Amino acid sequence: MSDPSYPEDLLYHPEHDWARVDGDQAIFGITWFAQDSLGEVVFFDPPKVGTTVTKDAAYTEIESVKAVSDVISPLSGEIVEVNDALGDSPETINEDPYGEGWLVKVKLTDPSEQEALLDAAAYAATLS
Amino acid sequence: MSRYTAATESDRSEMLRAIGVGSIEELFADIPAHLRLSAPLALDAGKSELEVFGELKALAARNTSAEDELSFLGAGMYDHYVPALVDSIISRSEFLTPYTPYQPEVSQGGLQAMFEYQTAICELTGLPVSNASVYEGPSAVAAAGYVAKLANPARTRFVVSRGVHPHSREALATLAHGWGMEVVDAPLHDGVTDLPELDEQVSAVIVQQPNFLGAIEDLEALARAAHDVGALCVAACDPLPLSVLRAPGECGVDLAVGEGQTLGNRLDFGGPSFGFFAATEALIRRVPGRIAGETVDVEGKRGFVLTLQTREQHIRREKATSNICTAQALNALAGVIYLSWLGRHGIVELTELMLQRTAYACERLGAIDGVHLLHHQPVVREFALTLDASVPAVIDRCAQQGVNPGYALGRDYPEYQNGLLVAITEKRTRADIDRLADVLEAAVAAERSRDTHHVGAHR
Amino acid sequence: MSFTAAADDQLTIYERSKPGRRAFVAPALDVPERPLDDLIPPRLRRAQAPRLPEVSEPEIVRHFNRLSKRNFDLDTGFYPLGSCTMKHNPKLHERVAALDGHARLHPLQDPRRAQGALELMWRLQDSLAEIAGLPHVSLQPSAGSHGELAGVLLTRAFHEDHGENRSKVLTPDTAHGTNPATVTMAGYEVVKVGTDGQGNVDLDDLRAKADEDVACLMLTNPSTLGLFEHGIEEIAQIVHDVGATLYYDGANLNAIMGICRPGDMGFDIVHFNLHKSFTQPHGGGGPGAGPIAVSDRIEPFLPRPQVVRREPDPAGAGGEGSAPFYDLDYERPKSIGRLRGFQGNYGVFVRSYAYIRSLGAAGLRDVSEVAVLNANYLLARLRAEGVLDHLPVAYARICMHEFVLSGAPMKRDLKIRTLDLAKRLLDHGVHPPTVYFPLLVDEALLIEPTETETKETLDHFAQTLVTILREAAEDPEIARTAPHTTPVRRLDEAAAARRPVVRQPL
Repeated sequence: MSDPSYPEDLLYHPEHDWARVDGDQAIFGITWFAQDSLGEVVFFDPPKVGTTVTKDAAYTEIESVKAVSDVISPLSGEIVEVNDALGDSPETINEDPYGEGWLVKVKLTDPSEQEALLDAAAYAATLS
Repeated sequence: MSRYTAATESDRSEMLRAIGVGSIEELFADIPAHLRLSAPLALDAGKSELEVFGELKALAARNTSAEDELSFLGAGMYDHYVPALVDSIISRSEFLTPYTPYQPEVSQGGLQAMFEYQTAICELTGLPVSNASVYEGPSAVAAAGYVAKLANPARTRFVVSRGVHPHSREALATLAHGWGMEVVDAPLHDGVTDLPELDEQVSAVIVQQPNFLGAIEDLEALARAAHDVGALCVAACDPLPLSVLRAPGECGVDLAVGEGQTLGNRLDFGGPSFGFFAATEALIRRVPGRIAGETVDVEGKRGFVLTLQTREQHIRREKATSNICTAQALNALAGVIYLSWLGRHGIVELTELMLQRTAYACERLGAIDGVHLLHHQPVVREFALTLDASVPAVIDRCAQQGVNPGYALGRDYPEYQNGLLVAITEKRTRADIDRLADVLEAAVAAERSRDTHHVGAHR
Repeated sequence: MSFTAAADDQLTIYERSKPGRRAFVAPALDVPERPLDDLIPPRLRRAQAPRLPEVSEPEIVRHFNRLSKRNFDLDTGFYPLGSCTMKHNPKLHERVAALDGHARLHPLQDPRRAQGALELMWRLQDSLAEIAGLPHVSLQPSAGSHGELAGVLLTRAFHEDHGENRSKVLTPDTAHGTNPATVTMAGYEVVKVGTDGQGNVDLDDLRAKADEDVACLMLTNPSTLGLFEHGIEEIAQIVHDVGATLYYDGANLNAIMGICRPGDMGFDIVHFNLHKSFTQPHGGGGPGAGPIAVSDRIEPFLPRPQVVRREPDPAGAGGEGSAPFYDLDYERPKSIGRLRGFQGNYGVFVRSYAYIRSLGAAGLRDVSEVAVLNANYLLARLRAEGVLDHLPVAYARICMHEFVLSGAPMKRDLKIRTLDLAKRLLDHGVHPPTVYFPLLVDEALLIEPTETETKETLDHFAQTLVTILREAAEDPEIARTAPHTTPVRRLDEAAAARRPVVRQPL
């Protein structure tokens, strides 16, 4: 994806991660800014289903040609599904960070945590 | 003007003028005055090339090298014949003087050589992944321990065969101390590893092939025992015997590492040489050190680059697979040239030659009065004897005859106080072995008779 | 992946292989031949010979010679790789290292019959101790990062000996990547210390982070920015006050030999890179050596064995005029143990010793003076030529033996990055400086000319940069698609990392 994009329907964490919340479930991924900074992603090994994730803590890594970056969890919960397709095509994270480049699906332990996250405009403001 | 610089007085004046200072002294103004040395270093004045050469030659003359004696000394490094083409190729400026290939477009020679080297190591070890070299054998074993630790952080113990080279066991122990991990010995029984009961605290089982006493280990059984408790199996291997032995990868070994000196490198009093490091596909992203990978350029032409660099210290920093930066590229290059020179059939012929001569040596030496084979396991190019006499004293007597019969095991193995480790290379002919037998026989007899006399004198 | 058919020039040794070809001829069997099955049970044997190449000697020689011509090297051209000290490799060193007495000496030879080697190592230790200003040296570590590991392990042993169990090691954010990697490998937690606006360690940040859980501060001085730490003595005070050790990464020693000494600055442990300041050829990525020098209080923990000199006993069995005896000392109860096999990279010691004997005290001092002079001169030339308008120096101070430029303005104004500049330099027959290190400087370009380059080479390099920048102002695409004239063009590193191919399928 060549131009910056921050969909309105997502919530954002200042460490460049997004969450799509639906009741007590959420999908996580990294933002356009994060994939642009990383450069071409070459490897992603998803965490195991069942792993606990904690808001603001690192829960996995993404490896690009030039860096390995921690991925921060925007909310707390338990991983119920991971995007295995990224094993063969990690570059999807660059091409479609909000769609096919999703990382994990999580069952939230405390949906109210989302109040601490930023909306698209507020997140974009942190980048300038 | 110091040797190798070219800054003349007039150069210096011009340069100082361009910088805008009056003297070189001013360029060091950031260094507090009281830290700056007011007297020269207490080193001798520099000497001419002729004089330095003379000094180094005089020092060399006070060493008894493999050129000066008939040597059967092995125990990790071996006196092999290095073909002339290795020297001529690695002395080329283009291989000798560049840095690590950070700019791959102008380093295709070195990178392709690394790729060819990695391919050869994969062939010998039967594993699909090899790096471009690590420092040497014992630190490669320690590095393999680090891979096991990172792969399974919850486990706390290494089980290491006493058949692993004493230096490797020590290097592992030195590092494991910092990881808070325990290193437990597995004893040898009749010359081969006798594994204790393993449990799920074991991170890795580490063995050597052939082991330090020259014996061939059953890698398949050892790897199975490790995997049964979810531990990794590490095998430290002597590369030439791998040409005839079942490949570690085929036996289920996860990490095959070892000392590469025998492949085209000199003894050099212990270094530099290189360590090889091979792994299963599953461990590819945990392998330390440089790895050369194949790719294409913008015109679709094949080329090679350092790959998986994000594992390494210069990118990953504290999360790196290891801290290694400089490796042993030139020595690994000598290795791949040597392996190409031996070739597919040559390496087997060379090893079988050593095998036959070793069998002959075992028979001849084992037949000497007061000399016994320490174990009866199959061996390839090194074997262990026990002597009915003090081994250091026997070695001294042999030395007086210009023969170095081997390594005194008692130094590292209290359980083999009278042990002697004898190594064969393709340079040791039948005549050499016969001479060793004669000299050893005489030395052992002389020592035994001396002992008898002493005993007699004390009565 | 698909690629255009490899030209003959590019074939691997396996692609040149043809069954039946050979270079090696085995000596004839001169002992009775026993059946293979008797010697090694079939189930322990390989079924097939390993698929090594089958080629003749002329093919091997031609193959590797051709490969070599696709390498840029120091003997051929300017190589200003910052932090690497690419100085000339004296040719005498290869001659002395090849002498049989050095090259064919077995590491386990009886010390009585290796006195030349042990004396050489002892004298090298003594010289390095003098250069560092710290009395005790171990030559064992195989490279700089190995020396760093030794230093951190020594620190651990030191604290444990005092009944303490500290958990952290401090490194500046400008540190070479080997520093934090080493810290983790040694079982410690890395804590980063910031850099101030002058390019020095931020003393306030250091004071805040230095506590009694800190085992060590690892520092390079001059720093990786090429700048001497103004506050070095205060740093030493802060670190020692909390009982931690101060470690010196010797990568930048080329700036200060004979000028000042790390031991005098308060460092407890120093490592040397013999493949940097002491001319061991880089070999395309090793070998090197990373000896360490330590203070009295760290000495007991040095790796085993140590090379020692035993003085002759005047009244003893040796008689009058007995020479000192050089030996390997294993009796070291507090030693951290071994880091590797045998005694270290002796072949490297031979070359470094020859270098020190060739240069002597005055020569080594001159090396550092000219290294610093050359760097400052090059910086002045770049300033005079206007290069610094696009590539400003990161810190406006006198540099030492190297300096860092930032390509950020160039990126903004000329639309080419430091990477593109580096690739375009390749077309001009110059090896680029170090790029994107230290991490602290945006679009960093770290330049270290060393003392063995002439003024003309430096002038030419400055001119080359001018040419590239001028060209970029007119047409940035040329640099962006560089290199154009090298054996291969820009390579797809992402593809190599995504689906690694690390051996030839056979």
